[in-house]
Amino acid sequence: MDLRLFMLQRLTAAVLGPLVLVHLGLILHAVRGGLTAQEILARTQDNAWWMAFYGLFVVAAAVHAGIGVRNVLLEWLRLPRRLGDALGLLFGAALLVLGVRAVVAVGGAWA
Amino acid sequence: MNEVERTVPATEEGRSLTVRIWRGAQDGEFVSYAVPWRANQTVLDVVTEIQRRIEPALAYRFSCRVGVCGSCAMTVNGKPRWTCRSHVGHVHEDGVLTLEPLRNLPRIKDLVVDMSGFFDKWQQAGGRFSGTATRHDPPAAVDPYSRKRRLADAAIECINCGVCHAACDVVAWKPDYLGPAALNRAWTLVNDERHAGARDTLKRALADGGCCACHTQGGCMAHCPLGLSPTGSIAGLKRLALLEFFKGGR
Repeated sequence: MDLRLFMLQRLTAAVLGPLVLVHLGLILHAVRGGLTAQEILARTQDNAWWMAFYGLFVVAAAVHAGIGVRNVLLEWLRLPRRLGDALGLLFGAALLVLGVRAVVAVGGAWA
Repeated sequence: MNEVERTVPATEEGRSLTVRIWRGAQDGEFVSYAVPWRANQTVLDVVTEIQRRIEPALAYRFSCRVGVCGSCAMTVNGKPRWTCRSHVGHVHEDGVLTLEPLRNLPRIKDLVVDMSGFFDKWQQAGGRFSGTATRHDPPAAVDPYSRKRRLADAAIECINCGVCHAACDVVAWKPDYLGPAALNRAWTLVNDERHAGARDTLKRALADGGCCACHTQGGCMAHCPLGLSPTGSIAGLKRLALLEFFKGGR
């Protein structure tokens, strides 16, 4: 269990590293000419690349953060293992739902 | 010998050292003792002087007095150290020494801790060597320059003093964490080509509470009196863990 979670967290960190850099670069690029909702949506909607990029970002972040929160709960708050597992899973699931909603809302053609 | 020890240098005449020592077990209190300041004395010398001259009931452990056995480790001014190799002049803070038992182990009395859990973790990590040869076989011809032997050699000098175990925050947070000493031992055996149980040792080192629980804070490496790097050994185990993960080992 520990081995699997450890590796998942490291591998998602490896995925998140370049994604975060591109994400930050994208923000700098996006705000250069001022920022309006219309501009953003014009760029993101129906953009498969954007959807794939942030879809992957959301999944990696949800897995990575869920495992991290579990570790903090178990090690620092000394919660029972099952409770830590459940809360970490819940946190990761909440991030996943919120993230996927945001990706669909900003990137989906129907938004 | 005693005459020499009792000679106080003129410039330091009358100077004394305040030693605060933990008395009791889990519950207890600090008791202060004053001993003469000497130009050359180790923390262990000071503890011995206090026990022999002031407090005969003071409990502490030592054996070799020269940094070989590893039994005199204590917490000195907040840091785990071998007291026999700690010169008072290098570790005192404004003329005060605060001595406690090692962290992360149950306290028995005064400066003595129960080390049995520490040694149990060695076994849990697969730290017992099992050979394949008998006394009738010729000695194994191990190439000292082979990669695996050099990795094992870099970690092999550990004498189980428990300093790294006391320095590790993860041990403090996770009671089932095997700790840096046990994992360092496992790393030497995984790289020992004579060890018949290398697979089993690796499996144990990668199990829950094993190397994956390490946060790479480096407390073990910073405090090891021998300058070993259990952090590096654990990093080696983590690299093997990656291979095991992709092989679907666990």
